[in-house]
Amino acid sequence: MIVEVGHYALILALALSIIQGVLPLIGAQLGYDSWVAVARPVAIIQFGFVSISFAALTCAYVGSDFSVLNVAMNSHSAKPLLYKVSGVWGNHEGSLLLWVLILTLFAATVAVFGGNLPPDLRARVLSVQALIGAGFLLFMLLASNPFERLVPAPLEGQGLNPLLQDPGLAFHPPFLYLGYVGFSMAFSFAVAALIEGRVDAAWARWVRPWTLAAWCFLTLGIALGSWWAYYELGWGGFWFWDPVENASLMPWLAGTALLHTALVVEKRDALKSWTILLAILTFSLSLLGTFLVRSGVLTSVHAFATDPARGVFILMFLVLVVGGSLTLFAIRAPGLKSGGLFAPVSREGALILNNLLLTTACATVLLGTLYPLFLDALTGEKVSVGPPYFHATFVPLMAPAIVAAGIGPLLAWKRGDLVGALGRLRAALAVTVAVALATLVFAAEAPVLAVSGVALGTWLVAASLGDFVERIRLFRGPFGETRRRAKHLPRAAYGVTIAHAGAGIAVLGIVVSATWESERLQVVKVGDSVPVGGYEFTFRGIQDARGANYNAVRGIFDVTRGGDPVAVMTPETRVYDTPRQTTTEAAIRPTPTADLYAVIGDPNGAGGWATRLYHKPLVHWIWFGAILMAVGGFVSLSDRRHRVGAPRRRTARVGTRAGTSQAAKA
Amino acid sequence: MTRRRRRLYFIVSSLTMLGVATALALNAFRENLVFFHSPSEIAEKGIPAERRFRLGGIVEENSVAQGNDGVTISFRVTDTAASVPVRHRGLLPDLFREGQGVVADGSLDKDGTFIATEILAKHDETYMPPEVAAALKKAGRWQGE
Repeated sequence: MIVEVGHYALILALALSIIQGVLPLIGAQLGYDSWVAVARPVAIIQFGFVSISFAALTCAYVGSDFSVLNVAMNSHSAKPLLYKVSGVWGNHEGSLLLWVLILTLFAATVAVFGGNLPPDLRARVLSVQALIGAGFLLFMLLASNPFERLVPAPLEGQGLNPLLQDPGLAFHPPFLYLGYVGFSMAFSFAVAALIEGRVDAAWARWVRPWTLAAWCFLTLGIALGSWWAYYELGWGGFWFWDPVENASLMPWLAGTALLHTALVVEKRDALKSWTILLAILTFSLSLLGTFLVRSGVLTSVHAFATDPARGVFILMFLVLVVGGSLTLFAIRAPGLKSGGLFAPVSREGALILNNLLLTTACATVLLGTLYPLFLDALTGEKVSVGPPYFHATFVPLMAPAIVAAGIGPLLAWKRGDLVGALGRLRAALAVTVAVALATLVFAAEAPVLAVSGVALGTWLVAASLGDFVERIRLFRGPFGETRRRAKHLPRAAYGVTIAHAGAGIAVLGIVVSATWESERLQVVKVGDSVPVGGYEFTFRGIQDARGANYNAVRGIFDVTRGGDPVAVMTPETRVYDTPRQTTTEAAIRPTPTADLYAVIGDPNGAGGWATRLYHKPLVHWIWFGAILMAVGGFVSLSDRRHRVGAPRRRTARVGTRAGTSQAAKA
Repeated sequence: MTRRRRRLYFIVSSLTMLGVATALALNAFRENLVFFHSPSEIAEKGIPAERRFRLGGIVEENSVAQGNDGVTISFRVTDTAASVPVRHRGLLPDLFREGQGVVADGSLDKDGTFIATEILAKHDETYMPPEVAAALKKAGRWQGE
């Protein structure tokens, strides 16, 4: 019964999305106010129906209703509750439902909180959003219905893939989707602006919070995913340049660019058509990501069983969305008048450089990801593009972006003073040089690339903090003055400092862990000691253990450093009951400067066990940095200019001027 | 600065960036494209030793053996028409099993043994890498769609 309600609600949601996608759009064009007024309530009700649908599926999962095909295929009554719930989106149909839920949630948020948006713009935004939703709802009902019944109902379900039964991965898809789908708001705003033929500072101010929120969630989603790969897959790596990973990195890169260029539209009324194009591309890359993951056209280490037929639908939808919006862009973009002249050395100039580098890097990732597909289609030759390609293209493009990110925030709008900015950063420069020299001296045989990487990361952290210290005049005046300045500094400035420093920390984590990692692979017998990175791992034996729905073989290692005990580490190999599948659970022990990482493999039949032990310096900085980046985004989002900011259109220019002079003073 | 000059700067810098990216990409491509070969293709074409590529197929039944050091594994990869001996030093992925599809990254040594530097893991027992499915189809033994 509940399941039928959910199914029915989904059909109603489709009907509403078609209404919402058509009426307000026509109404805004022809000036029918009553048609325009449809958008708000319908958006809210539509979200209500999709929520009912989602709740119904969740009920079916929690209550283990195996008469539902989707539940029977992906759940099991003995599974812990958390994984029953996360099982809802741990499969194709359910993840689409989550996607649509978030899509309609964003639309409903615009409907509820978009009170200060001009009614026509709001109606058009909601319409475009609804059309995207209609496509996905149609796809679900026709080809991926999560509510399909199974007759006769089995007594027990097939169980969820054990690799997915993990807290990191339970929350990875919701965050990722909040990011992907969040960019749909930027897309809808862009298309609405193109239909209207008007892009101004007020428009940018409405778009930026959505983009920023989406970006923060995507950052967290990617970080969670890579953290999961790091501890769950037991290879000790965190990023493999796999197509499925690239699929999430591309919208992130384009979204990062969008975030920065929207700032230029908001503050300086320039770069309008570029921003619109970027908004379209960012969401298109999100759709492309969904297509790549869901269709399984590419060999991926993260791929789950997939259905190519479904990929065709998403591909057609992708062509329709990208083709349609780009055509609209081609027709309307030449009419967008840009204001705001500026010199090459200026805040605008730095942001353009940032954009060029990020989008070019994104393009090289796209090329590397899709090239195997093209070659296969054209010549039938099977190839793969591995990490070396991405290291050779992506890294050199990101390096100047990191250098620029340290200087950019210090340049004034319109015309900046590069020498002056560098002068204010001389402390940061000194720190960077000192750290680079120290690395050269203390880490013998450090490769040049690693030293430059360390220098880059240090530079970004030092420059961001240096700029902040400079702004609040820390230690340069009376403390009261510093406090007053710190209090009056806009939250957005705090956000920039935190996010940029976070990026620098992540860079340091990546470079240091990749360069100075120690790895030992060997067979150990009880009592054997293995030295790894200054620590001694002593194997104490094997224990059998029983978990909620698995049996585990647990290896026990005493870890000491210079004779002092540090930790007891217990890596496991688990065999789950249903489906009967083995997983490796690495034991990870973070210390202030490194992660200790242990994996236990198969017995050799003579009392020995294959084991892999790592010492990974600073590896946790990668995720700490990513979290800081997201925190920076959220802090920036809490800036009152975002909450109360969006002024009415006519006063927009005045508001912008005030904002500019304030920023210049600060 | 006039609008036209600014546009010129923008276009020139974009083109430069694009040029740099193309150069980087082409250069990286030449060195880093990793081809995929099935055991039959290796038998037919004769791939030179030391050249990196990906090998895919099915892990032959009863072929997995452990080396003396306990961490070297050897097995044979087959597409049912031909097979290739493989050696790998490291822990095997959880879903590695005889009779299942596998993709390995590495190169042939002088004796024609494939030294795998990496065995690509799968997350899902029913997942079949598209290349392996195609290779099996070519060998004429694939029962799937």
